[in-house]
Parts: sequence; structure tokens; C-alpha cells
Amino acid sequence: MFKYIVKRILLAIVTIWAVATLTFFLMNLVPGGPFLSEKAISPQAQAALEAKYGLDKPMSQRYVNYMTGALHGDFGDSLKQRGRTVMSIISMKFPVSARVGGISVLVALILGIPLGSIAALKRGKPADSVISVIATCGIAVPSFVICTLLMYFFGVKLGLLPTMGLESAKHYVMPVIALSFYPTAYIMRLMRSSMLDVLGQDYMRTAKAKGLAGGKILFKHALRNAILPVVTYVGPMLAYTITGSFVVEKIFVIPGLGGEFIKAINGRDYTLIMGTTIFLATLVIVMNVVVDIIYKLVDPRIKLK
Amino acid sequence: MKENPLSFQLKLKPEDFLPATEEEKQSQIIMRESVSFWKDGMRRLRRNKVAMVSLVVIIVVMIFSFIVPAFYPYTYKEQIKGANSLAPMEYSAEEQARIDAGEKVFPHVFGTDKMGRDYAIRVMMGSRISLLVGLVATCIILIIGSAYGSIAAFFGGWVDLVMMRIVDIIYTIPDILLIVLLSMSLKAPLNNLATKPGFHWLSVVGENLISIFVVFALLYWVGMARMVRSQVLMLKESEYVTAARALGVANGRIIKKHLLTNCIGTLIVTTTLQIPSSIFTESFLSFLGLGVAVPLPSLGSLASDALNGINTYPYLLFIPALLISLIILSFNLLGDGLRDAFDPKLKN
Repeated sequence: MFKYIVKRILLAIVTIWAVATLTFFLMNLVPGGPFLSEKAISPQAQAALEAKYGLDKPMSQRYVNYMTGALHGDFGDSLKQRGRTVMSIISMKFPVSARVGGISVLVALILGIPLGSIAALKRGKPADSVISVIATCGIAVPSFVICTLLMYFFGVKLGLLPTMGLESAKHYVMPVIALSFYPTAYIMRLMRSSMLDVLGQDYMRTAKAKGLAGGKILFKHALRNAILPVVTYVGPMLAYTITGSFVVEKIFVIPGLGGEFIKAINGRDYTLIMGTTIFLATLVIVMNVVVDIIYKLVDPRIKLK
Repeated sequence: MKENPLSFQLKLKPEDFLPATEEEKQSQIIMRESVSFWKDGMRRLRRNKVAMVSLVVIIVVMIFSFIVPAFYPYTYKEQIKGANSLAPMEYSAEEQARIDAGEKVFPHVFGTDKMGRDYAIRVMMGSRISLLVGLVATCIILIIGSAYGSIAAFFGGWVDLVMMRIVDIIYTIPDILLIVLLSMSLKAPLNNLATKPGFHWLSVVGENLISIFVVFALLYWVGMARMVRSQVLMLKESEYVTAARALGVANGRIIKKHLLTNCIGTLIVTTTLQIPSSIFTESFLSFLGLGVAVPLPSLGSLASDALNGINTYPYLLFIPALLISLIILSFNLLGDGLRDAFDPKLKN
């Protein structure tokens, strides 16, 4: 177990380092430097700006500087939002995204697991067909389509829900539906197939033969085993939620990190792009490691080497 | 000899040892055609109604996006004067006058956008771009993934170890973030390249589209590589591989001729299921403005453009949005059908 955890953590560190390095060099590939798009500035001002941000130093020096800074949580200053560091922007915007994303993940789990189990238990019945159709369609619909359709029907046509901002509980409804739609459908499918698998196992028959109560069989024997594949999906789901938040936050004008990232891309705010990329990538990678370790812990069938 | 009625002995007579007649010989020949892997799979696929309907939908969409635009009276970048923001089947004042004068005017089936471009042809071109991205990207993934996976599995040992660690690292990198970065940083070098003679096509296709392909080539093959590796690991222990080795067949030929051909079922299924996910990613990027270059439309960018006029012209949004969902859904269902038909593990 210990060896496995160490191995996973080392691999994660290498991956984070690879992402950070790749990000740094890709951003430095952009010719002309970040100040080229500004209105005509004198060579002196240009030189001063470059000196201020350390851009006059050689590439290797800048790489070492940036990496040591990043290790201390310092991603430099934002190029477009004057006087604010990248870290302060991230720490201000990320909680908003995390709240929306966290609620979406919870909604996906709370809806997906029971519905998937119901589909498996009622196999071949109308309930199963309805859930399967919803799940199949849910996987095929991109998040921006859901967002725009929700916005049109509930926001514009019926006027039931506010279309932008994040002030009240009502504001959360549409972004959360849009973000949790795909993961819910995916979990339903995953849960259905793993539940069917478990229901066909010998120990289920044994449990029934012993005369255990239906509820006890369902929760103690079936659900606990069938839920394991869903645990492995939590990592990818988080990555999906983060990338999905780019679209959702853009459409619903939510002041979160996803929207900020898109703004930074359109405004060519290089330091903010780099900082956000490294931050989000680290988040996803760390969560993946945590989920993998939890998976090994909760599933006693997996032999630990 | 008197026969015991309870005896189990065969009661043979001398006639039983006569040579068989022609007729009897004929009856021994198996008349039924042998069922090949392809025939078997196709037969099962044809019985799957959902998959066949999806296949028909995909073919219809392909006809509309690749063949119909050639005969269509409008082009995707032609701005028709006075025909801005028409509703579906509506004519502009000028066109109405021409109709009244007895001329025939092709209707704007889906109306026009606010720049006066016929929307039907834009949607067709958009789905052409989406399909092209899906197909080309998947080809790239197929080639790289199958080569990488089979090489890692075939040579095994430390080669496998190093190659699979690289796959592990790439697998955990959030792809969208890197796509965004790559499409930004590849833009300038590709722009430079496009001005050089012989590379003009680059600017037609668009730098963003090329960088999407580059990203697919760099990142998305890992799933395919893992799939192929696990198959080849199993197959390389087979007798025919040992036989081929004993005959002195070169490694590359064993991989191509014996190993990859034998996991063709897995390759087909994984490839088909990869297409919708490529289309998904492309539409996502186009929606964020990182996809194809204007004036070339893509279903994602059409939906993104239509978002501003959602109050007045909702159909401009619904058409591309529903079409992209339909395309992804059809490919998904076809992929599922192919898996049921061709994956030997599920056979019987």
C-alpha cells in the first residue's frame, strides 16, 4: 500500500512539473512578447516594462525564476489587471467556481446513483427504458447546447430563472443543471451496468437464499459493490466540471475562475493563463491521485502490491 | 450367433462396409458458406435497429454536408444584399420583387444570419467542418495509438515500462487546458508558415484547426494506445506469433500482419467511439472562439454567434445545437452497435 501511494504521488509530481514546464515554454513561444499589442509605447518604456517583469533575462533564468516562484504560490502579476497578482485573482475567483462545481458534482452523484440502480433493478421495464434513453441522450449533448437551451426556455421564454450572475439560490439552478447534466447521465450508465453485473453474482443469490431482507441485500451487498466504478469516475468528473465551467460561466456571466480564464485568453493575459492552467491542472492531478488511493482503500478485492 | 436383446453391441452387417455412393458423398459436403469475421459482424450489426438508424442518419448528414453544398445556389460566405436576419422560408423585399416578376428564387430554408448569409448552407458547411475534424483527428489517433500501443506491448520489458509511464503522465493532464495553450502559441508560427509558398492552404484551413489536430496527435491517442496494448499483450503469446517468429519474420511485419489485424474488432469500436468525442471537443473549442477561422463556420461557432440574438432569432441557435447533438448521438449509438457486433468478448 505504502509503495503504491509513494509511486502515485511521485508520478503526480512529475506530471505537474511536466505541465508547468510545457505551459512556460508554450507561452514563451508566442513571438513579440506580451506588450506588443499595447498602443505605441516608447522603447524606454518597453525596456522598463520588460525589466520589471524580468523579461530581459535569458530564457533559462526566467524558467528557474518562474518555477521557484510557482513553488511558493507566486505566479507573478496579471498583465492586464494592473496591480493584482495572479494568485490573488485565483484565490478570489476560485471559490465561486468551486461552489458551483461542487454542487454540480453532488447533484450528479445524488441523482445518478439511485437512477442507475433503479434502471438495473427494473431491467427491461419502462422505467429502465426511460432512464437509458435519458442517459444516452445526456452523453451526446454538449454542455453549451444545454446551457443555451435552458437559458432560452427558462430564462427568456418563461422568465422563471435569472439568466446571469450568482446572487441568490435561484441563480444557481441553471448553471448547476447545465454542469451536472453530462456527469449525471454518465453515472447513470455506469451505475446501471455495474449494478447489473453485481446482481448476477453468486453472493447475491446466497444472500437471498439466506433470507436476508430485500433492503439489506440491496444496500449492503449490491450497492456497496456496484458503486466502486463510480468512485473511479470522480476524478474525470472533476476535470469535466472544470472545463465545463468555462462554457457555463461564460454564458451565465458567473464571476468564477472559468470565465476569468476565457477572458484571459481573449485578452492575451499570459501570466494569468499560465497561472490558471498550472493551478487547475494541479487540482485535477491531485484529485485523481486522492481518488485512486481511496479506490484502493475501499475495494478490498484489489490486491495491493 | 444368437443375439441377446439387451446387448449394446453394434449390429454390423457386411453391407455396411461397401464404398459410399456418389449420392452419399454429396450429402457430406457442407453446403453452407463459411461465415467470415466480417460477415458475422455485419450480420449482427444489421439486426441492430438502433445502430442501423444511426448509420442512416450519419450518411444523410454526410450527404448534406459534403455533396449538397456543391449544388446549392448560395455559398457560405456570400452576403445577400437586403436579406439580413430573415426568418426561415422568408424572402427579402428584392427577392420578393423578383418572384413577382416571375423569376424563381431558391428559398432560405433556415433563413439568413444578420450579415445576410444563407443559414442552411452555413449549417451544412459547419457540419462538414465538424465531421472532418472528427474523422481526421480520429485517423491521427488511430495511427499513433495503435503503433504506440503495439510497440510497447510487443517489446515488453523496460520499453513497455517507459512507454506506459509516458502514457500515464499524458493521461492525467487535463486536455482542454493544453489545447487552449497550444492553439494560442501555435498561432503565430503557423501564421508565418502560411505566408511561405506552398503553405497557403494553412490559412484556408485555419491555424486553430491545425493546432486542434496537433493537440489530438499529441494527447488523445493515449486511450487508444492502452486499449491496443492490452489486446496485443494477450495476442503475442499465441502460437501463430511464435510460428512467425520461428520462420524469421521481422518484428514490424509481425505487428502489422498478425497482431494488429487480430485486434481489428477493438480498433473499429474504439475508433468509432473516438469520433464523437473529437467532434465534442471541436465544438466546445469553436464555441469558446478557439476553433476554425472566420468566415468558415463550425457548428460550435454558429451556436456561439447565435447566442447574442437568442431573444429574437432563437432558431439560429437551435439548428446547430440540435444538429451537433444528433451527430454525436448517432456516432455514439453506432459505436455501441459495432461493439456488440464486433467485440469477440461479447460474442454469445
